[in-house]
Amino acid sequence: MSNPLTPGIAAGRLSADEIAENFADLHAPLDMHEARVAADRCYFCYDAPCVTACPTEIDIPLFIRQIANGQPESAGRTILNQNILGGMCARVCPTEDLCEGACVREAAEGKPVQIGRLQRHATDSVMARQGHPFDRAPATGKRVAVVGAGPAGLACAHRLAMRGHDVVLYDAKDKPGGLNEFGIAAYKSTDDFAAREVGWLCQIGGIELKPGHALGRDITLDGLKAEFDAVFVGVGLGGVNDLDAPGAERDGVQDAVGFIAALRQADDLAKLPVGRNVVVIGGGMTAVDAAVQSKLLGAENVTIAYRRGKDRMGASEFEQDLATSKGVRIICNAQPVAIHGNGAAAEIELEYTADDGSGLKGTGETLRLPADQVFKAIGQTLTFEGLALDGRKIAVTGAGRTSVEGVWAGGDCTPGDDLTVVAVAEGRDAAEDIHATLMGVAAPETGAVIGEAARA
Amino acid sequence: MADLTTDFVGIKSPNPFWLASAPPTDKEYNVRRAFEAGWGGVVWKTLGAEGPPVVNVNGPRYGAIWGADRRLLGLNNIELITDRPLEVNLEEMARVKSDYPDRALIASIMVPCEESAWKAILPRVMETGADGIELNFGCPHGMAERGMGSAVGQVPEYIEMVTRWCKQYYDRPVIVKLTPNITDIRKPAQAAKNGGADAVSLINTINSITSVNLDTMSPEPSIDGKGSHGGYCGPAVKPIAMNMVAEIARDPETHGLPISGIGGITTWRDAAEFMSLGAGNVQVCTAAMTYGFRIVEEMKAGLSAWMDEKGYASVAEVVGRAVPKVTDWQYLNLNYVTKARISQDDCIKCGRCFAACEDTSHQAIAMSPDRTFTVIDEECVACNLCVDVCPVENCITMEELPKGAVDPRTGKTVGDYANWTTHPNNPAAQAAE
Repeated sequence: MSNPLTPGIAAGRLSADEIAENFADLHAPLDMHEARVAADRCYFCYDAPCVTACPTEIDIPLFIRQIANGQPESAGRTILNQNILGGMCARVCPTEDLCEGACVREAAEGKPVQIGRLQRHATDSVMARQGHPFDRAPATGKRVAVVGAGPAGLACAHRLAMRGHDVVLYDAKDKPGGLNEFGIAAYKSTDDFAAREVGWLCQIGGIELKPGHALGRDITLDGLKAEFDAVFVGVGLGGVNDLDAPGAERDGVQDAVGFIAALRQADDLAKLPVGRNVVVIGGGMTAVDAAVQSKLLGAENVTIAYRRGKDRMGASEFEQDLATSKGVRIICNAQPVAIHGNGAAAEIELEYTADDGSGLKGTGETLRLPADQVFKAIGQTLTFEGLALDGRKIAVTGAGRTSVEGVWAGGDCTPGDDLTVVAVAEGRDAAEDIHATLMGVAAPETGAVIGEAARA
Repeated sequence: MADLTTDFVGIKSPNPFWLASAPPTDKEYNVRRAFEAGWGGVVWKTLGAEGPPVVNVNGPRYGAIWGADRRLLGLNNIELITDRPLEVNLEEMARVKSDYPDRALIASIMVPCEESAWKAILPRVMETGADGIELNFGCPHGMAERGMGSAVGQVPEYIEMVTRWCKQYYDRPVIVKLTPNITDIRKPAQAAKNGGADAVSLINTINSITSVNLDTMSPEPSIDGKGSHGGYCGPAVKPIAMNMVAEIARDPETHGLPISGIGGITTWRDAAEFMSLGAGNVQVCTAAMTYGFRIVEEMKAGLSAWMDEKGYASVAEVVGRAVPKVTDWQYLNLNYVTKARISQDDCIKCGRCFAACEDTSHQAIAMSPDRTFTVIDEECVACNLCVDVCPVENCITMEELPKGAVDPRTGKTVGDYANWTTHPNNPAAQAAE
């Protein structure tokens, strides 16, 4: 049995009980009474800022009013109508940057309505019930290939199935869910929620799941175009950026995405090895997820090193606070210059940085930290070819139309914020556009209905 | 999805949610917005006789009661009937009705208690194509001082007389809106029915002073340092309104008379409760004034979801369903015996139940040194006060003693149904059959 002080990378640093406690639900679900008290704080704002701040434009005041009036399942339907992955979004959305950040009570009191937790309360109520709340329209006879069973692909597939199309949903991995399944901190998606949500979503019918099919390896864009009436590409970002520093090839230096995926798929977290001294390079959500989970597995020292200032970190303030509350140290304005060790990594050398207005530069001053495990969380890259690009992502116009006719794209592989909720919105809107194109009808409005028709 | 279509005295609307005659229905702009938002019908703000319209105060018209988090619980107002010319209102009503033929549009009317006044306005209203009229015998402020509004509603003979005129000069449904500022609501309802009314609507607002400014000693809303009583409405008046609706619904003389329920309706549940007590549809005002017209979405979705859950296919199946359960005290079962039960798992040891019972009730809760609260069955009269003051929902519940059990308080065995009319202590008791 090892412990947090065991040198090197080792499994079983904490007892099974300690690990279970560490990886429990980050926010326990609200019970009925708590939900009604929380819902009572909503002002039912006109043209509510929270709705505007939500990429999927969920009618938040309406669903909260439905909770307040004793109908959490109706509330859940209001949410899922707009965002079929409303359950996962309730768990992983950076609400402090989105709906809750926009809440008028955040501005007034610094205490927003707990929209995320209320959304979970409502969606949990719907998902706890047998069956699926949406029906399919009569079959259209059209077939659509959706490549990538992550949030964008799932949202797209569900909306297409709802409109009566038959969908084949491919994924390169052996399990659907994308980053929901492989890439989110375990304490945000407990009890196998990601897999349960996919199963629940597919209950609508008309979605044939084909895992283990990678675009470019097992299937091709041309092949899909020939076989299907339309194609949606939601393949995410399959590659990770490499660290450009001497020693980056040493044992113990690995990408954070792979570590998180292994952690999410581990049957027994006590058997997952983690370093005694862990350093995570990066400043986004992935960096925080890797750092916090390393700490929760029993690493003695965990440090996040980010090359720019705190205000530039991709991780939200809540995530930063979560990390520090778990004992993670965040060092800003420091970039890796070398990883030292005798074979395996033992130390990382960081150089302080400053931005004098002409770009980020090293100051020459360095510090060394013990590091037997170094996680790279410095961004992910598109690994797919065959469509015109916008920068390093797939170029799209309108509701996800790519440079190739009949091919749509959405999610992290297209420009925009790399958030689950953004991917859902893009997948949903692309599905409506595919439907409209295939059927020769106008795409229905997917945004929030605020009722300004009378003024027009 | 349950069918929310409503047929109220022959007036059809896509749902039972109408906006009451009030500020939200004062003009075309608002009413169009209401219909776009999905309201089933609108009772237009009360029209007065032709000629110079009434004037309103130019200071605050509303007073309010709030909960601690500024939730609006009660509102009162001193606004009068429409202060816009009759001709303008009639033109707008005709336009709106022709653009929204599937929605109910009712003209609320208040003119002097003279036959000629009613005879003059009714044909004008007829020309608008409105689906019916509502006689405003309810407003308790301002107009009542001029012999209209609640001044009429408080005299059943006047109600009957005016209703009769309206039935004579107008051939569409006549709804009589009642004032709650009266001792026995059944009398004006009977008068309306005797006058030939197709329906009654209630309640109008209740005479009230919402607050007094203790610095200026002026009641609110204050107009240049003085206040006048206003009409109280909003969630706070709902229990009063529901009782009055039920009284009319179960009175043999008015039973079956269609009722449009009004009074603090804010959610689908409020509407369902009013309808269960006999209201064929409901009218809403304060909730719309507080939250905007969009709240009707929650009301419709909520009512529909609840009806689906209960298996009610149409609104008509809900109307009046609870009326047979409303009875006189004398018929309540005196052999229904319950005892309070405190769930120790849920108890947070605040002691409010103990204070309530020990100080103000029957000393039926024991408190141990470690703050465990238990019910003393020998003392518990089942008053329910502990349940009502307990901050934790379902922590204290009332448990029914089964038939044959002995009530430790009275030492008597729980028997079959028996009420006061046959009780030995009742001097007027009738012999049991």
